[in-house]
Amino acid sequence: MTALLVILVFGPLLGATVAGLFGRRIGDTPSRVITTGFLFLSCFLSWYTFSQVTWGEWGGQHIVRLLPFINVADFHSDWSIRLDALSAVMLVVVTSVSALVHLYSWGYMADDPSKPRFFAYLSLFTFAMLMLVTAADFMQLFFGWEGVGLASYLLIGFWFHKPTANAASIKAFVVNRVGDFGFALGIMTIYWMFHTIRFAELFPLIAAKAGTNWTFISQEWSALDLAAILLFIGAMGKSAQFFLHTWLPDAMEGPTPVSALIHAATMVTAGVYMVCLLSPLFEYAPAARTLVTVIGATTALFAATVGLAQNDIKRVIAYSTCSQLGYMFFAAGVGAYQAAMFHLFTHAFFKALLFLGAGSVINGMHHEQDMRKMGALWKLMPITYAVMTIGTIAITGIGIPGLDLGFAGFYSKDTIIEAAWAASGSPAGAFAFVVGVFAAGLTAFYSWRLVFMTFHGTGKWKHDDHAHDAHADHDDDHGHGHGDHGHAHVPHESPWVMLVPLLLLSIGAIGAGFAFHEYFVGEGQVEFWKGAIFNGPHNEILHHAHLAPLDIKLAPLVATAIGTIGAIWVYLLNEGMRARIAANGGPIHTFIYNKWFFDELYNATFVRGAKFLGDLFWKGGDQKIIDGLGPNGVAAVTAFAGKGVGKIQTGYVYHYAFVMLLGVAGLLSYALWAWAR
Amino acid sequence: MMDFSGAVALALPEIILAVGALILLMVGAFGGDKSTGLVSVGSGGVLIAGAVAAAYGPLGSTFNGGFVADNAAAFAKVFIYGFSAVGVLLGDRWLKRMAASKFEFPVLIVIAALGMGMMASAGDLISLYIGVELQSLALYVLCAFRRDDAKASEAGLKYFVLGALSSGLLLYGASLIYGFAGSTKFVDIAAAVQAGAGQGAIFGVVFLICGLAFKVSAAPFHMWTPDVYEGAPTPVVAFVAAAPKMAAMVLFARALLQGFPGAVGQWQQVLVVVAALSMGWGALAGLRQRNLKRLLAYSSVTNIGYALLGIAAGTDQGVTAMLVFMVLYMIDTTGLFACLLALNRDGKPMETLADFAGLAKEKPGLALCITGLSFSVMGIPPFAGFWAKFYVFKAAIAAGLWPIAVFGLVASVVAAFYYLRIIKTMWFDPSPGRTDASPLDARGVAVAAALFSCGLVVLALNPLDTVAKLAAAAFHLS
Repeated sequence: MTALLVILVFGPLLGATVAGLFGRRIGDTPSRVITTGFLFLSCFLSWYTFSQVTWGEWGGQHIVRLLPFINVADFHSDWSIRLDALSAVMLVVVTSVSALVHLYSWGYMADDPSKPRFFAYLSLFTFAMLMLVTAADFMQLFFGWEGVGLASYLLIGFWFHKPTANAASIKAFVVNRVGDFGFALGIMTIYWMFHTIRFAELFPLIAAKAGTNWTFISQEWSALDLAAILLFIGAMGKSAQFFLHTWLPDAMEGPTPVSALIHAATMVTAGVYMVCLLSPLFEYAPAARTLVTVIGATTALFAATVGLAQNDIKRVIAYSTCSQLGYMFFAAGVGAYQAAMFHLFTHAFFKALLFLGAGSVINGMHHEQDMRKMGALWKLMPITYAVMTIGTIAITGIGIPGLDLGFAGFYSKDTIIEAAWAASGSPAGAFAFVVGVFAAGLTAFYSWRLVFMTFHGTGKWKHDDHAHDAHADHDDDHGHGHGDHGHAHVPHESPWVMLVPLLLLSIGAIGAGFAFHEYFVGEGQVEFWKGAIFNGPHNEILHHAHLAPLDIKLAPLVATAIGTIGAIWVYLLNEGMRARIAANGGPIHTFIYNKWFFDELYNATFVRGAKFLGDLFWKGGDQKIIDGLGPNGVAAVTAFAGKGVGKIQTGYVYHYAFVMLLGVAGLLSYALWAWAR
Repeated sequence: MMDFSGAVALALPEIILAVGALILLMVGAFGGDKSTGLVSVGSGGVLIAGAVAAAYGPLGSTFNGGFVADNAAAFAKVFIYGFSAVGVLLGDRWLKRMAASKFEFPVLIVIAALGMGMMASAGDLISLYIGVELQSLALYVLCAFRRDDAKASEAGLKYFVLGALSSGLLLYGASLIYGFAGSTKFVDIAAAVQAGAGQGAIFGVVFLICGLAFKVSAAPFHMWTPDVYEGAPTPVVAFVAAAPKMAAMVLFARALLQGFPGAVGQWQQVLVVVAALSMGWGALAGLRQRNLKRLLAYSSVTNIGYALLGIAAGTDQGVTAMLVFMVLYMIDTTGLFACLLALNRDGKPMETLADFAGLAKEKPGLALCITGLSFSVMGIPPFAGFWAKFYVFKAAIAAGLWPIAVFGLVASVVAAFYYLRIIKTMWFDPSPGRTDASPLDARGVAVAAALFSCGLVVLALNPLDTVAKLAAAAFHLS
């Protein structure tokens, strides 16, 4: 088992090292083969591990200690691989999506000049993510956390000659710093309270500390709530929750496979994973859970509204991701961690599918991302059309509640909404339930809107010569330009190497919910999780959720139906309406289109504020005071002194002798004076 | 009192050098300049034999206490003779390239080394003076070795005139000390000034310090250094900058610590002033130098200041630090001069800063060597120079001399400027033209020194520390 896990986790690192360091030497194809090969190996081992954990001999928790990391006084941290039901689920998600994305990138990045670098980054990301999910203590969790952040930064800015990509990568990094600051403080709080950062040692200690307070800045804080909130701030940054979400849409500057892997299926779910992993802590931190619920629900609503008005195909999906993450968080917030993990699991498949499908569209449209310039693509890209439709059905959660039969999203999203209903005794729970149902309708609207604008209606690419002027904006998207543009204006279906991952993912999008819902959230959940997720003694949310009456179970479906019909009305039946809404939408459209003006708000406050402070310290403090009196002043004095000293060096022997004798006289006088003293 | 054979055994390294020098002179006199190669090889052999004899010879004191063979002397001699051998190699090859081979050159180095050996073993004021003069006279001649070169002749003459002045100071100090202590032997002087030196003896000590400070080129007695370094042939400077400094520093330490252990508080203050002046002056004056040889001269002034700090500490730890510092410094400076030797453009040596522009593209290997050695002299960890300074500052602080240690740190920051400027010029400025092929000997020495300073030093530090501690223990300090 040890060897298997080590190969599973470190295989991608090996691939990344080979492709990253020797990629230029060994060439493009070997780099691709090596990284992709390792990923498929990891993927295969992950599924094997998952099956062993779920049905086989490896149940319970196993910690494989590899090497000591930090050992100072009573602060201990190891490099280790933690295997339990939770990490097994994540292993499957991460390696499956990653392997398919690697394969997909063969086609998508076919024309890119720096393929080895791309594949090395992808594999590096996968390794960091695996380190994160298999962490047995906070140090390794943080290592993986920062590792995926780094890989995300590198990949968003992969086309580094594009200023927008650079800005986006920096933005992602900076916003995540804010979250990571909270995360680090949370880890320190945990260590300060419990003197350990190992999960296995920490969790049994938590119940005893419930209800204790901690005085900080002469305020009484519930100690566990404080720690949990700080950790959740970290999760907010990584998972792009309300207030810290601004980086995710911009992260779409990266290549589309990156968006699918990092910014949809895996990295952004790390926050959800962390909250579920720390369920023993959150169970005893009611205030923190309320915050999680409110933030999650707000994000779900906010991102869904913004998604309604975006025209960039990738941005729509990005906001959709943001919204779905909100769902996961409020599920965890109300105590249904299993539902959150289940939605994470199914979401990974259909969201990766949607992103890769969008990538296929973008590829087929010669790197055009504006949906207003698409339309009527279904005949030209039938397979992409089919898989995108599957993905959309999955995300909108269409199914038959009575029979318990539907696409992946149906099971997970409905469980979440039912859990929120079961928790609606509290205001936060009620809020989450209402938002959950309402956002389900919005989800349906914007998801179908995407499909209709892209694949149906009239083809806007036919008449205008989009390939020229639109291409001017996007030409540096890929840095090489399509040399054959003169004759290839017609969108085309993507190559098979891109379609195969899409087809495989659509299997997941269709069947993941049906196949696993019994295990994740159904009757078998206790047996499945085997204690990896902790529910407090009074937490019977899941149980209550199952007992939800039929009208509650129907509510999300009705909302979805309304949203779908709305989308059909606006985008299929009355095609010109969209433009009219956009033109005469008034303040609401402007508000939504501009993403609730968050970027502007942050720009006006934090960015300008920080700039002002920075300028103050830089120009006023550093340049004038410190540099002026310090380095520059000293340098000037030094140069002056050097000049003076140099003047004595005349070259005349008698001058030299004179200086020597002066020295003798001076030293003698000094010696006498010092001696007499 | 020991018998004659015992005395010979103790002085064997110097006897080997003296007899060897005479024989080689004979060979040269009869063989003419054709025999230069043979004489050079012979000189190298004699020096190495001397080093081996010093390393494995017996310990003791002889010739009525005038000659001391202890661990400190042995330590110094091994390195002095070793670096003299390197000097023979560099000089001989260089003269051959200049088509100016003369058999006297290696013999003069052997004679200078003999003087240095005497300095390291001097047990009283008379042998001290004889050692210093023997060394100095040989060096004067070496500096002016190229008689047809006006600059070199000027350098040699300046060195000689000022050296004579310093010898005068030295002698005057010696006579004062003899007058007030009643003996020329360090051991007896120590007994006489047990309870602190009187006014006359202090005068003598200060004169002695002034005279020796000239030999190590400490400020304000360093004025000859830039002119001589610039004018004298580069291989001679490479030699002058390394081995004689070691000999003089050991002599410095022995004269003060064995001769005046009871008056530490009195000479320490003088030495601290000399050290501070050297560090500050060298760092400041170096800023404006455009000629690398002049710059290295000021660099050596600064570095001698650091080494003097070790002696000023007056402790066992301080002497250890000084010895370690000197060894590491000798390697750095020899390496840097070897780099200069290896670089020529159109047959002319490259000496100004402008000559070095763009060297990284022309000669990446040598540019890397210069960069590494510069980092080392600057004191960037983990290079050799860092450890050298670390030792010295640690000893100084342990002896309570922390203000001067802080001053030394500041000076090293100032001095970093001119090393960084060399590096910047080499790596970032455009090259004015192609350089000549670099000779193997100089390049080899440069690369070896760079390898040592930038890597091997970490391994060598432990044994060096052990040996230096043994050597310092010879002075019986606390």
